[in-house]
Amino acid sequence: MTAPRPGRRGLVRPYVITEGRAHPTRDTFDLVTLVIATGAEPGALSPEKDRVLRLCRGGALSVAEVAGHLGIPVSVTKVLLGDLADDGLILTRSPVPSARPTEPRILQEVLDGLRARL
Amino acid sequence: MGSALACDDVYLPATVSTAVKLLVVGHFAVGKTTFVGTLSEIRPLRTEETMTQAGALTDDLRGVPDKTTTTVALDFGRLTLNDHLVLYLFGAPGQQRFTRLWEDMTRGALGALVLADTRRLEHSFDVMGLLEEYGLPYAVAVNRFDDAPEFAEEELREALDLLPETPLVTCDARDPRSSTEALISLVQYLSAREGQEPA
Ligand SMILES: Nc1nc2c(ncn2[C@@H]2O[C@H](COP(=O)(O)OP(=O)(O)OP(=O)(O)O)[C@@H](O)[C@H]2O)c(=O)[nH]1
Ligand SMILES: [Mg+2]
Repeated sequence: MTAPRPGRRGLVRPYVITEGRAHPTRDTFDLVTLVIATGAEPGALSPEKDRVLRLCRGGALSVAEVAGHLGIPVSVTKVLLGDLADDGLILTRSPVPSARPTEPRILQEVLDGLRARL
Repeated sequence: MGSALACDDVYLPATVSTAVKLLVVGHFAVGKTTFVGTLSEIRPLRTEETMTQAGALTDDLRGVPDKTTTTVALDFGRLTLNDHLVLYLFGAPGQQRFTRLWEDMTRGALGALVLADTRRLEHSFDVMGLLEEYGLPYAVAVNRFDDAPEFAEEELREALDLLPETPLVTCDARDPRSSTEALISLVQYLSAREGQEPA
């Protein structure tokens, strides 16, 4: 038996399409970080990055939506988006949520928005 | 042209700058997917994450099937609440503990709605315990299944071992109004916890 190795909790399949990196270089993306293409012209892109960039050209979407529309695991999507961001091809439209965004104003806005649907 | 998806309302309005998330959690077949689908303005999406248990050797798994590998499905939907705010709902099972997906889901989440079924209330304990470990506040919504036994609120509270302040509502996950009201109960609670009683 090998001892558990903390920090090696793993993704399996992602390895191949992220060119060997199982985790994004920077911890920039949350599931609900909004991303959009900058409009800059890309150089040569891998087919996966090309698909992500094409999707992001249409407008803003959350990281989770990018993953869901393209059928790619979230972990892989984050790596691909990280590379595209490094190349100036996408940018994030929302601040990264902190550990617990408890701004009362936001909660009140959520409440008002939900009530307006009744 | 240029974008991969034809349908325009796939994308968020250009003015939206803030995204928040709430979780919709519960045991197997309790109505999570139904709830998210009922409220979402977009076709509900699903992502699947292939996971290994902590300790698995990622590098050695290329081409080698691992018995501890599981697939975790995450359903999610979207509600644009006003011209700059969007709410995402993530529906996920509670069984998979300490996965990266649960970390991703809970990080930055405002709170969670626990769906429960009176035919198997005890199956909700796992997910409630998990939320408590992550420090995520939650409300409980009991889905009314047709052949489910009826209980008085006090009996349900006791059976679920709820704190006095934890909201407990009934809801039909197939009904938009009922589902919206369940979310409102949750957000009112979250708001009250912040010391800001909603108007
Ligand atoms: N009567 C009643 N039936 C419901 C309700 N919510 C869901 N159902 C039904 O219960 C079944 C299971 O619902 P799902 O939404 O698939 O449940 P789930 O939690 O996503 O299930 P898993 O993802 O398999 O864990 C479906 O046949 C739904 O139509 C409800 O509020 N009332
Ligand atoms: Mg489901």
